[in-house]
Amino acid sequence: MSVAAVTARGTRRLSLSWLRLFAVPAAVGIGIAASFGVFQTLAPGPADSGVLNSTFLESRFVGHLALSFISFGIVALVGVPLGVLIAIGARPFRVLVFLLANLGQAVPGIGILVLLYAWLGLGAEPTIIGLVIFGLLPVLRNTVAGINGVDPAVIESARGMGMTRLQALLSVEIPLASALIFAGLRTTLVLVIGTATLGNFIGGGGLGDVIASGINRSDRIVLVGAVMVAALALLADWALSLVERAVVPKRISA
Amino acid sequence: MITFDHVSKHYAGHDGPGAVHDLSLEIPSGEIVVFVGPSGCGKTTSLKMINRLIEPTSGTISIDGEDTRKRDPNELRRSIGYVIQAIGLFPHRTVAENVATVPHLDHWDKQRIDTRVNELLELIGLPPRDYAKRLPAELSGGERQRVGVARALAVDPNIMLMDEPFGAIDPIARERLQNELLRLQQVVRKTIVFVTHDIDEAVKLGDRVALLSAGAKVEQYAPPAELLARPATPAVTAFLGEARLVRRLALIHLRDVRLQPVNGSAPKTTVAIGGTLRDALDAVLRSPDGTVAVVDGDRVAGVVDGTVIRLASQ
Ligand SMILES: Nc1ncnc2c1ncn2[C@@H]1O[C@H](COP(=O)(O)OP(=O)(O)OP(=O)(O)O)[C@@H](O)[C@H]1O
Ligand SMILES: [Mg+2]
Repeated sequence: MSVAAVTARGTRRLSLSWLRLFAVPAAVGIGIAASFGVFQTLAPGPADSGVLNSTFLESRFVGHLALSFISFGIVALVGVPLGVLIAIGARPFRVLVFLLANLGQAVPGIGILVLLYAWLGLGAEPTIIGLVIFGLLPVLRNTVAGINGVDPAVIESARGMGMTRLQALLSVEIPLASALIFAGLRTTLVLVIGTATLGNFIGGGGLGDVIASGINRSDRIVLVGAVMVAALALLADWALSLVERAVVPKRISA
Repeated sequence: MITFDHVSKHYAGHDGPGAVHDLSLEIPSGEIVVFVGPSGCGKTTSLKMINRLIEPTSGTISIDGEDTRKRDPNELRRSIGYVIQAIGLFPHRTVAENVATVPHLDHWDKQRIDTRVNELLELIGLPPRDYAKRLPAELSGGERQRVGVARALAVDPNIMLMDEPFGAIDPIARERLQNELLRLQQVVRKTIVFVTHDIDEAVKLGDRVALLSAGAKVEQYAPPAELLARPATPAVTAFLGEARLVRRLALIHLRDVRLQPVNGSAPKTTVAIGGTLRDALDAVLRSPDGTVAVVDGDRVAGVVDGTVIRLASQ
């Protein structure tokens, strides 16, 4: 292939990727503007001034960020290594962990939170624990699928050239599984940000408080709360996709 | 020298005599030894026991007299080149990075790795300027296989293990790779253990051929010409098949053949003296009167016909 062709291909990919890079924030901006239009058409309610002020919204927004990101951080730090261990570990161990993780996700989020409330009382901690239980499965499942999906010939050649088990994992298997691992992380991140609204039920704070205080009283409040959650989820997923682009090796299909 | 001393391998949960049963064999240094035999006869198992990807159930494998069990398995494997049919290049790493795998594991400095990688890419005919930065997905099957060979040669190991390395490649590219391997071997002089189930490949590449049957039983262990001329057991004859004697012609060089003198004008059909009896047979079949002139440049060295070939092949 000629140098010119390579460059042309490179530039085209670059401009396309710039477009893609800002598509999500642009769409979020348009969405927010559109919701503002909707907002104007809704009738104001008596509670609006108590909720729709910057102090309250900001505190709940920051609370929501904290709930989601702490939970997500824990899921990522626990889920990926645990998934790798499951993938390379013995079968009975794998079955047990998946049973528990499946259980965690099969039970409705609200159910988990109520159980945790009965056990730990009100507050942010039980909310975070609930979110972690709820978000673990996608990360586990994708990490295991990613590691198990690596071409056995690649692993055999890695070991055959004298890589230790750990070297093969770190420099071959995990990088090759990273696209799937990131897909799991992104699923979980969105899941956790959405589910964190349930924290309202057990005093966890967050944007759930905003939405709840508008229910049956003010459509304007509900709209603001819902739009903030949705925008946060979309932007967080977008931010994680940027990390993914930086971390996941390009074109890993041979 | 690699020595198998009464080596057996039983896979857990499998009955019978085992995948490899009581194998004893010596592989001399600097030679290409080919394991050939029907599918499932234990070729791969035998090969992988050399670098301890598979541990023998009993018996001893030693390299230059040293029991391989005394060595750290990872260090042992880094000192032995390993090429498999599926190649297993790392798809997320460039050609250069793939080739640098073992030097990297052995903590060579960057300068030395770069020099070595360039040298190897030149050696296998993939100019680094073009190929170093490519990913495996951007190579043809044959090019990938050559990178696999370069990667195995990276730290200049004395021993290379090759398990059907050219098995998945079309016949023309395969023949080119075989020729390249022979050319390479002239330069590097490794001890190569080469697995194939293709008898033609075995005969072409091997300094010696070990013909195996089920359980890695050695039916015959001999230079290719001898294997073809004097099959030791019925199993060998069966495996070599009908075309045994025609195959053998490819091993006999025209220089070593007693030619007929030119009688009158030389035949029009010619064959170069650098060729083999198999080339001569092809020419005889092409020739209108069944005679062929063997030429050495402009000079006619002699004449070949069916009788000459038959006498020379006995
Ligand atoms: N991991 C394993 N577990 C159980 N049995 C195995 C295993 N690997 C190989 N075998 C059996 O051991 C025997 C020898 O296998 P091996 O792979 O060494 O054969 P091969 O000569 O390389 O065959 P092929 O030409 O098909 O590659 C076969 O009967 C095979 O079924
Ligand atoms: Mg095999």
